[in-house]
Amino acid sequence: MPGDKAPVGRADVSEERAKAPVGRVMAQVAMVMNLDKCIGCHTCSVTCKQTWTNRTGVEYAWFNNVETKPGVGYPRRYEDQEQWKGGWTLDRRGRLVLRSGGRVKRLLSLFSNPDLPSIEDYYEPVTYDYDNLVNAPAGKDIPVARPRSVLTGRPTEITWGANWEDGLGGAPEHAGGDPNLTGAWAEKVKFAFEQTFLFHLPRLCEHCLNPACVSACPSGAMYKRVEDGIVLVDQDRCRGWRMCVTACPYKKVYVNHATGKAEKCTFCFPRIEAGQPTVCSETCVGRLRYLGLLLYDADRVGAAAATPDERDLLDAQRGVFLDPSDPEVIAAARESGIPEDWLEAARRSPVYDLVMRYKLALPLHPEYRTLPMVWYVPPLSPVLDAVDAAGGDQDDPDHVFAAVTRLRIPLEYLAELFTAGDADVVAGVLMKLTALRSYMRQRILGEDGDETAIKAVGLTARDAQDLHRLLAVAKYQDRYVVPAAHKEDAAALTAMENRCPVETSGEPSDAGGRRVMLGIPTRRRTTSGDQA
Amino acid sequence: MNPIAAAAPSGTDLLLWVAFPYICLAVFVVGHVWRYRQDQFGWTSRTTQLLEHRWLRWGSPLFHLGAFAVIGGHVVGLAVPASWTEAAGISEHAYHLTAVSLGSVAGVAMLTGLGMLCARRLLTRRIRLTTDRSDKVLFPLLSATVLLGFTATATHNVFGPGYDYRATVSVWFRGVFTLHPQPEAIAGAPLLFQLHALCACLLFAAWPFTRLVHVWSAPIGYLARPYLVYRRRDGRAAAPAATPGNRSASRPGRAA
Repeated sequence: MPGDKAPVGRADVSEERAKAPVGRVMAQVAMVMNLDKCIGCHTCSVTCKQTWTNRTGVEYAWFNNVETKPGVGYPRRYEDQEQWKGGWTLDRRGRLVLRSGGRVKRLLSLFSNPDLPSIEDYYEPVTYDYDNLVNAPAGKDIPVARPRSVLTGRPTEITWGANWEDGLGGAPEHAGGDPNLTGAWAEKVKFAFEQTFLFHLPRLCEHCLNPACVSACPSGAMYKRVEDGIVLVDQDRCRGWRMCVTACPYKKVYVNHATGKAEKCTFCFPRIEAGQPTVCSETCVGRLRYLGLLLYDADRVGAAAATPDERDLLDAQRGVFLDPSDPEVIAAARESGIPEDWLEAARRSPVYDLVMRYKLALPLHPEYRTLPMVWYVPPLSPVLDAVDAAGGDQDDPDHVFAAVTRLRIPLEYLAELFTAGDADVVAGVLMKLTALRSYMRQRILGEDGDETAIKAVGLTARDAQDLHRLLAVAKYQDRYVVPAAHKEDAAALTAMENRCPVETSGEPSDAGGRRVMLGIPTRRRTTSGDQA
Repeated sequence: MNPIAAAAPSGTDLLLWVAFPYICLAVFVVGHVWRYRQDQFGWTSRTTQLLEHRWLRWGSPLFHLGAFAVIGGHVVGLAVPASWTEAAGISEHAYHLTAVSLGSVAGVAMLTGLGMLCARRLLTRRIRLTTDRSDKVLFPLLSATVLLGFTATATHNVFGPGYDYRATVSVWFRGVFTLHPQPEAIAGAPLLFQLHALCACLLFAAWPFTRLVHVWSAPIGYLARPYLVYRRRDGRAAAPAATPGNRSASRPGRAA
């Protein structure tokens, strides 16, 4: 990560892009998560698993998982791209190339992929001897259900899991392995941070604008949908070359070891097509997720991803998004075949507000150059915790402002995650949150509210009220603005819903012998040559 | 065993060297058409690298690269008549020297690789449990074919006096494909070559029903494809209208 300061005139870059003529307009269903609200309850992970991956072959896979940060994550140290070779990088001539190598190298690695995580990097999935609880003979001892490996059917020790470090559990042993703790600042604090701060980071597929997994798929089985930007694996065309797993820097494509095919988060597309939020969003207890459309210029994606300085990637990606209220954009969108109700939804998008209007949301690891589409409002809580620890007053904005500028540890860490190391951008967002917090606190306590602070962070009184509403009290229909798919596709959608979504083949040892039905609708060839 | 059987082919010869190969080839072709139409979902390399990677790291590349060389050698040795290579100015001696030396390297690589792949399948419990019925046919059949071919070459051409299969086995092989079967050409070949040929026929018959189908999906097109793949939902739209049990097409969706 380059430690040099950001170059001057970065705002000019995005302004310049915004003025460029609008090209091919595409719509993307995108997500924002407000990390301050995440309590790490894992409801999203569990409901996702029950919906999509409670099947043989993907026991170890969590399309949605919640990590505790700082921590090594799931799979272990997935953020260390020196090791795992995920995402894109620039070659010596500044061209965008996959970090795992070129096309020829990829085909030569088909026989053995040197950069594929093994099951131990995720964890060995287990079940329990539940039978023993009811079948054990009468005796003095209470019968127990021992863990048994799902892969071998033998008793096993549970030594790792998808959320092993929950709430910094085991942090003194493991969290030093967090790949984000690499800078000189991190060395000093590595073993003190568990007293300093922690936060939860829910992760799912980023449904990137420039998806490395799609680009690495030798079979062309992975694709990005034109209509809503969802990235999917065509189960009928996947041949199990497993290059997508390596290419994805977020390690959100998984190999189903029973079918030998790749699977990933589908952004619950059957629900999205029906105008409903994803399961993880629907069931989020903290109501921290937002779903909405972002219009983007597909012709600008390549150039944005190839932005020379990593720290300019955030602005470059924002430069790809289009203002849905701009008449020129609307005209271009109509030209590109985006329906009117989708344009209307794009104008009401909470995601557009958080990403573009208030610029509060940040992408996870923009330096991977995939232009991810699940964004995060960074948590203020690490800073507030630090204020507390230093004997300050959380409710005094001056204390918090001072902390934001002075407490480099949480800032630098958040910057590693969300801004390719640019702590000033994170500080700006946290300042905005602090100003909003203190202003709205005054308002709610019946005072007029001092507008100096919010003006300093670029908000008007009206903005502050809107933003506060969006962050704190937004209702279901304000948080999830998902336009239904179009009627012309409705026949296909109902046919999909009529199928039993999930059938499993039972025991792992039988997996090879029997057909494993997937919840993921496949483009199965039928005699009439059509697809279901 | 006679070097060349000049007499009219016996019933057994006809069965073994004409009927059997054609049945196997028919199964090979029809089986592939059937599998491709019916089972795109099962059409995969069935990777197990996730579960075991240490043996695979060496075994799989050795096997695959060795196999490519061995297949190339078979194409040259079986499909190209000796007269063609001589016309190209390659002497019989030079040809056999090259074939034996390159073939030995490729054969050893393939055999070692296959041995490692079989070993990990047998010794690693996780892999053994994912082994399905088709694998239980494929691995022994493939191993037998490779071992027989390897032994035949080693016995007759590396350590033995040398056997010119291009005058017998190759003639039979080409006859099968040119629809002028010549069972008498192979009927006199050494037993090891005959067994190798029969075993290979069986392997071809089993091919479409095993993971070997992934060979036909070798992703060469990837070299020329644009990196990003976009697809419309449209492709899926037309089909299921006729499916029984469809609900009405108009469903209440939340208007945006």
